[in-house]
Amino acid sequence: MDKKKIMLKIKGLKAGVEENNILKGIDLEVNKGEIHAIMGPNGSGKSTLSSVIAGKEDYEVESGSIEFDGTSIMDLSPEERAHLGIFLSFQYPVEIPGVSVSNFIKTSINETRKAKGLEPMPAGELLKLMREKMELLDIKKGFLSRSLNQGFSGGEKKRNEIFQLATLAPKLAILDETDSGLDIDALRIVANGINKLRTPENATIVITHYQRLLDYIVPDFVHVLYNGRIVKSGTKELAYELEEKGYDWIIKEVEEQCI
Amino acid sequence: MTEEDKILKEVTGAEYKYGFTTDIESDKIPKGLSEDVVRLISAKKNEPEWLLEKRLKAFEVWKKMDEPDWANVSYKKPDYQDIIYYAAPKQKKKLDSLDDLDPEMRKTFEKLGISLNEQKRLAGVAVDFVMDSVSVATSFKDKLLELGIIFCSISDAVIEYPDLVKKYLGSVVPTGDNFFSALNSAVFTDGSFCYIPKGVKCPMELSTYFRINEAGTGQFERTLLIADQGSYVSYLEGCTAPMRDENQLHAAVVELVALDDAEIKYSTVQNWYPGNEEGVGGVFNFVTKRGVCHHRAKISWTQVETGSAVTWKYPSCILKGDNSVGEFYSVAVTNNMQQADTGTKMIHIGKNSKSTIISKGICAGKSEGSYRGLVKIMKSAENARNFSQCDSLLMGDKCGSHTFPYIEVKNKSAKVEHEATTSKIGEDQIFYCNQRGIGTEEAIALIVNGYCKDVLNQLPMEFAVEAQKLLAISLEGSVG
Repeated sequence: MDKKKIMLKIKGLKAGVEENNILKGIDLEVNKGEIHAIMGPNGSGKSTLSSVIAGKEDYEVESGSIEFDGTSIMDLSPEERAHLGIFLSFQYPVEIPGVSVSNFIKTSINETRKAKGLEPMPAGELLKLMREKMELLDIKKGFLSRSLNQGFSGGEKKRNEIFQLATLAPKLAILDETDSGLDIDALRIVANGINKLRTPENATIVITHYQRLLDYIVPDFVHVLYNGRIVKSGTKELAYELEEKGYDWIIKEVEEQCI
Repeated sequence: MTEEDKILKEVTGAEYKYGFTTDIESDKIPKGLSEDVVRLISAKKNEPEWLLEKRLKAFEVWKKMDEPDWANVSYKKPDYQDIIYYAAPKQKKKLDSLDDLDPEMRKTFEKLGISLNEQKRLAGVAVDFVMDSVSVATSFKDKLLELGIIFCSISDAVIEYPDLVKKYLGSVVPTGDNFFSALNSAVFTDGSFCYIPKGVKCPMELSTYFRINEAGTGQFERTLLIADQGSYVSYLEGCTAPMRDENQLHAAVVELVALDDAEIKYSTVQNWYPGNEEGVGGVFNFVTKRGVCHHRAKISWTQVETGSAVTWKYPSCILKGDNSVGEFYSVAVTNNMQQADTGTKMIHIGKNSKSTIISKGICAGKSEGSYRGLVKIMKSAENARNFSQCDSLLMGDKCGSHTFPYIEVKNKSAKVEHEATTSKIGEDQIFYCNQRGIGTEEAIALIVNGYCKDVLNQLPMEFAVEAQKLLAISLEGSVG
């Protein structure tokens, strides 16, 4: 494989909270243009993995490395990682009362530009960008002036995450359980938006519990995370198999190997 | 050192920008308070006999009063004999124009970002500048006078408009109202006076800038603002002081009179020196502010309080007239060792009187912030309405926030609502912002401004921007 195409490279990553080991040696490579799905039962470490990639300070990395575009990001703060183009769509987006969606996105875009030595985006351009992406995600007009996530339904929160994804246009998007709390229509809109945002230059990691989302966002690779390790990798067929048989057979397989 | 300690330490590094002193010769009287001092102050100001009598009466009342200690603050009570009660920057007796201003004084204005020249007219703000005990300069006096608007120092008003002053001075805050107002009534030295005639909408923001300069002095200003029937005025005040190791006393009285159908919007950005991180020095801000609303009149208090070592302040409305409206919007920030006990009183007397209270407290460091408010519905106040919302935001785990709401209802038709919340800036909120490329300092500013939005929206535009910056500086690095 062409070496230049590797975007994210995780090697032997062990991490946890205090004495509690959650990730017990993760190896993962994501190339430009690819969509990876990470599946696994509850408590397997899926959300921890996304938080550690994003640089959440609550987690302690014991060993291993994470490289993004060929350089280590281990010493970078969460905002520095964001400036490089890593985006995390949160499973539980937080509320920030009094801060409008548009003001938040404006601050986000301009802080990222500032980090790159660029001037703030002109207001007209910013507005045009937001309007364009609102259309893409079928977002109603009053949305921009609402307080960030305050009083949003589950679906609105997730749509807001994808709206931010669309306006920020990161290189790597990690979608943490984006499908949870979405009804089928919302799911279709969100998935459709993600598909439209796909380019040969960016990559997506979809973290999900169910196969449902993968009907809409078709992954190139599927990984099964269990007990802090990726225990099985395959193509989208693996997801179908999981849907049909559940996780038990893999768990059994893994345990047999251990013995 | 934990991350939190490190950050808390960083906070204390945030410098007080206005901590300089002006090297200017001043005319001051010896320390201490006595009947002779009261007479001396009055004489220095060439006051009429009636005012001297008023002062002496106030002094007698004050002597019999005790300093209040019901507020949720603790401080070493000032020695009232160790304060200078009159200090005036020495300059030519009367300024013919602002060009005659002492150059040192001019520099002070510049450092404080106050422009007294014509440029300011573009921004639409007329300024009265009070340094220590006297009003130094007032801009656009003549321009305003063309509309019949009187805007001058209260000392000038006493001489030039004695009838107005005599009628209204002490009519809202009576001499014996409280310890500090009695003291102020005896020794007040200057302040602003404003009268808006019937039906006139004041075309520019009126503003007073207060500055304590001289060491060991107290500042006792007196502001009287009268909006005649159907008039409108928006008034702003700003306050700063040098950094000094001793505590300085600021005991002001502000009286507002809104006659029938008048509206007064009174905004304060209070940034007195708060003392250092150990709580040494800083201003004691013991202020009495009150307004009376006649029929259909409206008074709106907006305050952004970031300074002072100790604050004791309850801008209030007496809703005397039918259909009158009182509003109180407040952001009170305390950091390091600051203490604030602030809130409002809404006294409903008139029928259908309405009041709104929005109070946003922000506590960081080892500070203590309290909201104390009274909503009183008198028997006569048929269909009175009140809505109160008191929110507190805590940063770190060493500060405290308290709410003391008092509600007295004597009319069954009243509707009184009180909502309160306490929250913390969550690590989750910070991480969410970080993940979107927003650094922690910026994230705090964003979250705090969002939290205060309902109050900041009430401020005039230029002031709101200034207040936002001030909030960010006051809280720099205060989240762990």
